[in-house]
Amino acid sequence: MHPTDFTLRGAIEALNEGIISSVELTQAHLDAIAALNPRLNAYVTVTGERALEQARASDARRREGVAGPLEGVPLAIKDLFCTAGTLTTAGSRILASFTPPYESTVSANLLRDGAVFLGKANLDEFAMGSSNTTSAFGPVENPWSRANDPDTRLVPGGSSGGSAAAVAARLALGATATDTGGSIRQPAALCGVAGMKPTYGRCSRFGIVAFASSLDQAGPLARTVEDCAILLRSMAGYDPKDSTSADIPVPDFAAACARGVKGLRIGVPKEYRLDGMPAEIEALWQQGLAWLREQGAETVEISLPHTKYALPTYYIVAPAEASSNLARYDGVRFGLRVTEPGSDLRDLYERTRATGFGTEVRRRILIGTYVLSAGYYDAYYLKAQKIRALIKRDFDQAFGKVDAIVTPATPSAAFGMDEKQDDPVKMYLNDVFTVTANLAGLPGIAVPAGLDAQGLPLGLQVIGKSFDEETVFAVGAAIEQAANFTALPRLRAGA
Amino acid sequence: MTYTIEGRTGPWEVVIGLEVHAQVTSQAKLFSGAATEFGAAPNSQVSFVDAGFPGMLPVINQECVAQAVRTGLGLKAEIHLWSRFDRKNYFYADLPQGYQISQFAHPIVGTGTVEITLADGSTKPIGITRLHLEQDAGKSLHDQHPSKSFIDLNRSGVALMEIVSEPDMRSPEEAGAYLTKLRQIVRYLGTCDGNMDEGSMRADVNVSVRKAGEGFRTRCEVKNVNSIRFVMQAVEAEARRQIEVWEEGGTVEQETRLFDTGRGVTRSMRSKEDAHDYRYFPDPDLPPLVLEADWVESLKASLPELPDERRARYVAMGLSPYDAHVLTLERETAAFFEAVASRRDAKTVANWVTGDFFAALNRTGLGIEESPVGAEALGELLDLIADKTINGKIAKDVLAIMFETGERPGAIVDARGLRQVVDTGAIEAAIDQVMAANADKVAEYRSGKEKLFGFFVGQVMKAMQGKGNPALVNEVLKQKLA
Repeated sequence: MHPTDFTLRGAIEALNEGIISSVELTQAHLDAIAALNPRLNAYVTVTGERALEQARASDARRREGVAGPLEGVPLAIKDLFCTAGTLTTAGSRILASFTPPYESTVSANLLRDGAVFLGKANLDEFAMGSSNTTSAFGPVENPWSRANDPDTRLVPGGSSGGSAAAVAARLALGATATDTGGSIRQPAALCGVAGMKPTYGRCSRFGIVAFASSLDQAGPLARTVEDCAILLRSMAGYDPKDSTSADIPVPDFAAACARGVKGLRIGVPKEYRLDGMPAEIEALWQQGLAWLREQGAETVEISLPHTKYALPTYYIVAPAEASSNLARYDGVRFGLRVTEPGSDLRDLYERTRATGFGTEVRRRILIGTYVLSAGYYDAYYLKAQKIRALIKRDFDQAFGKVDAIVTPATPSAAFGMDEKQDDPVKMYLNDVFTVTANLAGLPGIAVPAGLDAQGLPLGLQVIGKSFDEETVFAVGAAIEQAANFTALPRLRAGA
Repeated sequence: MTYTIEGRTGPWEVVIGLEVHAQVTSQAKLFSGAATEFGAAPNSQVSFVDAGFPGMLPVINQECVAQAVRTGLGLKAEIHLWSRFDRKNYFYADLPQGYQISQFAHPIVGTGTVEITLADGSTKPIGITRLHLEQDAGKSLHDQHPSKSFIDLNRSGVALMEIVSEPDMRSPEEAGAYLTKLRQIVRYLGTCDGNMDEGSMRADVNVSVRKAGEGFRTRCEVKNVNSIRFVMQAVEAEARRQIEVWEEGGTVEQETRLFDTGRGVTRSMRSKEDAHDYRYFPDPDLPPLVLEADWVESLKASLPELPDERRARYVAMGLSPYDAHVLTLERETAAFFEAVASRRDAKTVANWVTGDFFAALNRTGLGIEESPVGAEALGELLDLIADKTINGKIAKDVLAIMFETGERPGAIVDARGLRQVVDTGAIEAAIDQVMAANADKVAEYRSGKEKLFGFFVGQVMKAMQGKGNPALVNEVLKQKLA
């Protein structure tokens, strides 16, 4: 067995049993990155030497009998998490040479638990995108390809496309990611891996480059549901440096994966049955529900009546917050500065931001600025906040009747890098099943559940009650077990 | 009497409202742990939060919230148990985040009242509209380099209270009295040091004019006025400018203006059309600020005595309203007065503190905290009068020596032999001597010219180098002249 084929849990066991050292495991991943990253572009920055240094230190700790829960496990870190002393770009030209002197709380928690960082994963610029094509450092390629059309390069989804592609191609055992409207779950589904967006407030946002503060949430991507659970336990926790982080205990998520679904009531929202949705996605959804019934769950049709307003609401709230969050990239204190002799302050702003931000980021700043403007605020931002409250109420009412909700993760499988690029609204539709959980602040997981006719992975999504990630993991693990998803991408280490 | 300015078309009334920015006294900034000390080296008190670095998040400083609540209580205002922070978005080089965190829609403090005292002793209530918490911006330095601007972020993120008044003031004097009173209240509370020359307090002055009986006309805002005197000057200058505009058939446009202290005129800064669209929206990094009623109550219970209450207490102690007002203007003065007045007659102490002591202090140019004569020493001097060791006139001389040398009054009296004479024999001898030298005046007195009594007292005291006990001198003199 190739060392990169371990699951994260399997690797921890192998390290514990002395079957492999962290240095060996890390080196194997670095070799895989060297071989495949030039093609996949999943990593923006590879910190090989540092990773080996961390691995050696980890092996030394293990010899001394002090091993953290993630001791020696090599991970990819989405390049939205600030890492002290390591370039942090947010996929943007404006931060192309930014090295933060501080560590995000989530990545610090992983280091505390013994993790090794292989490098920084590519992403859509400032996490704005659903195909990882907006990165200033080039698009990420999905390691999967269509059976009858292997030459068409596919997108990995976004914005955490680098994280998902790295995990799928065995360039990391797991990865951190962030999810503002589906940025963990959508790429997980498109790359055939598991991805968990926890409840808003479960992970600290301190040190994560902000996109939309009321929606952003960090979470794990890994090849199994249990691996996500193990990672999340280390990532999560109250942080006094983030006023929106929740001061509640972090449960043993991995233990919850084995709970089973017997007696659970699973909600099936009728509004998620979209016109024009591929039949195989509908079929997979029904299959998933059948698997859960076979394991003792009951499925119940529910209604989430305001679902159709979720995408427009999201595309008002998220750009509004982004337009303000991204004001700090002004060329004054850090990052890119574009100026000419004789430039005044306004000129400095205009040149820096026009050069530093890509098209999609600029589009969202413009939308956000517009919806917050005097005379438009009530019609857009305030209205969107009201609808957001209604969407949350839909879920509250549904969770009076059911324990979890199961839906498709995405309306389609991975698409070609040059598809959907001409029409932003078409691109935005990728998040139609995922944005609702962000607007309501709820936990959601995407689990690989099958393949489409082209041999591309499709995922199902489980949405749970606020701070009830445990049930989400239990249902996710049940689907995973029944699906027995063993297919492998064409581009992967050891293949 | 209503204050008016006489124009060509008759008298004009002036309407004034103030927005005062008061820097919260606190160890750390509103949303970061960085220090707030004045005068530190540029950019030495800046955290990554204050500099708006990627991924940094604000965390509210509870002490700043407590200070805002204390101030609200001092303004007899409504404390909102639920308030919220909004972002005010605009670009400027000294605004690192690209937005200021402020409270736009839901301030922490609502309506209240401040009672001002005017020169004629009358009082007037001025309405408080609201008080909210917000961050200060950094400072742009345009005079350090011929072609570059420098930025100092030490102030960036420092907590400010913006205190907004109703348009209740009608004269420069009222505006000055309001600002004086506000400063007095925050200094009593210890919530702002009130140092206007260090920028700890500054005012935006809203001015409009109108004819008697009219509704409000368009107002202009004079920004960032940094002394009480300049506020009064700015009100008058701006009112006169507006009167001229109206009387020449023009219209006053709503705009932001600056006060040119050198020339005593206001200048246009930006018009309403150029006003920023600040795109306020709730800051998603901060949950609503929810206060517990018990916590507010505990702050209320631990509030120091405020100037109005202290003044009332002094009047009840027998002080004149004027003395009570003067002694309570500064918290330090009141503390000094109380230190001297404990175990002594309050009215006598008030007379001495507001009279000779203040006069002497004024001559030194020092504040009460640096006074060479402390409360204890002044008390000792008053005790020497009370136990008749010296008389009041000698005491004035002793106080002057105390200010000069810093010596204790007892030592001065002993060293210079200033003890008053209570020996009747010595007094009689002096009187006899004076009567003998002024036989003609004695005759006049005895024939009915009783006005001369004062002359004899003066002569006797002079003969005794001022040390005679005035009561005894009076008594014996009356007997001998009879």
